[in-house]
Amino acid sequence: MLDDFFVRALLAAAGTACVAAPVGCILLWRRMAYFGDTMAHSALLGVAIGAALGIGLGFGVFGVAVMVALALAGLERTGRLATDTLLGVLSHSTLALGLVVLALSENGFRHDLISFLFGDVLAVTSGDLAVIWGGGAACLAVLVLFWRGLVAATLHEDLARAEGIPVFRFRVLYVLLMAAIVAVGMKVVGVLLIVALSIIPAAAARALSRTPEQMAIVASTIGIASGVLGLFGSLWLDTPAGPSIVVSAAFFFLASLAVGPVARAFR
Amino acid sequence: MPGATPLVEARGAGVRRGGRWILHDVDIAVSVGEVVTLIGPNGSGKTTLIRVLLGLLEPDTGAVRRDAAVSIGYVPQRFHVDPALPLTVERLMLLTDRRPPEAVAGALEETSVGHLLSARVADLSGGELQRVLLARALMRLPNLLILDEPVQGVDYLGEADLYRLIGGIVERRGCGVLMVSHDLHIVMAATDRVVCLNRHICCTGAPEEVVGHEEFRRLFGPDGATAAAVYRHTHDHVHDLAGEAARARARGSGVAG
Repeated sequence: MLDDFFVRALLAAAGTACVAAPVGCILLWRRMAYFGDTMAHSALLGVAIGAALGIGLGFGVFGVAVMVALALAGLERTGRLATDTLLGVLSHSTLALGLVVLALSENGFRHDLISFLFGDVLAVTSGDLAVIWGGGAACLAVLVLFWRGLVAATLHEDLARAEGIPVFRFRVLYVLLMAAIVAVGMKVVGVLLIVALSIIPAAAARALSRTPEQMAIVASTIGIASGVLGLFGSLWLDTPAGPSIVVSAAFFFLASLAVGPVARAFR
Repeated sequence: MPGATPLVEARGAGVRRGGRWILHDVDIAVSVGEVVTLIGPNGSGKTTLIRVLLGLLEPDTGAVRRDAAVSIGYVPQRFHVDPALPLTVERLMLLTDRRPPEAVAGALEETSVGHLLSARVADLSGGELQRVLLARALMRLPNLLILDEPVQGVDYLGEADLYRLIGGIVERRGCGVLMVSHDLHIVMAATDRVVCLNRHICCTGAPEEVVGHEEFRRLFGPDGATAAAVYRHTHDHVHDLAGEAARARARGSGVAG
């Protein structure tokens, strides 16, 4: 069954979406959507470095994303520039640097650029699938294990700390999770759209949920549904797979705008 | 009781930010059964001092000591829930740890908001939210309550109710209370000791004493002092004459700190 490229694509999309969505919920709650974008844009540099050093693209992406997060934390501490300015600087300079490094590296690599930007889920190999599901399962385990602390640290740092939650450690953990999502999801929807797979299902889930847990589970479900719908849609209409998945998620978001008030009226 | 080992204590605490002291040489202690009210104008360092006492902020000078047996229930200032985060009262009660349903219901009953268990936090009024936050703090069975502006966003009548509620809790549970407030007139009634802060401690003592203190009057103006004194009289019925008598007495008795 895993020999069928379409089945592999479905599994890859579902695996990525079901982890990316709960992480996206926290991204929304923390109002950090642009931080996610910055990490994703830095992924191209990660790809270039990973290829140049021969350490595997996933590790390169993960490493660079973590370094960008550290750089942001350090620059924020100087307090001279607003966070959104710093995000803009980091996001675009790492993206440009990535393109430059890619251009300098061997030619054989350059034609893959489009697939890194927009994903190439139909070309997912069994090896990729192992990385996606292995990495995804690890992220999901971390989420489940530390969920209460992650939510508490997001809601009110002082209150959480006063009640014994190590807020700083949870903040670091969250950044690592986000970096892992970018590394894992890159192959599915590409670095330009991975954040969309995090935040759009989460935003769609908001109107349908009363608790953080409900929102995470509903977001996961919407993410998986978007993956399946998008892939079948792309097969049917012969459209690119990654963008089709994101467009499906956007449809779910639009539908949630209509369903939300109705659902509320029946509570 | 006052005189016993304090539950929490700061000595010579100072916090420096951007080259100036936002808190300088502060001594403060709260013991079991004692209600201490921290007052001061905006930007006087009240919340900073609370954060130092809670251990959320390391002071640049001085020392903070928390009793080994202290268990703190904390109600923070400005509790804002992002609209993107769905939250019911029940889930808010269980924010940082698991508790049995009876404990949750019991704590909410104690602050008269048991009926709000499954309400959305975003739908609560200011007074309801403060009562839920107070219930959260009480559920942890604290012997010290630290309340940072517990009547914010509460209307005038609600304020009096909330202070009565806090007074009742102190009586029943015998815990220490450190309460931040910027409104003077209602605070005074339930308070053993007032600490008036303006980056340093201006004055401290029983409410009547502080009201008469020179620095207090400079900070809050003669109106503030009058309001505080009047309130105390209308609720205690100790003196015949409002304001004047209390202030005269306070001047005579001198002020500690």
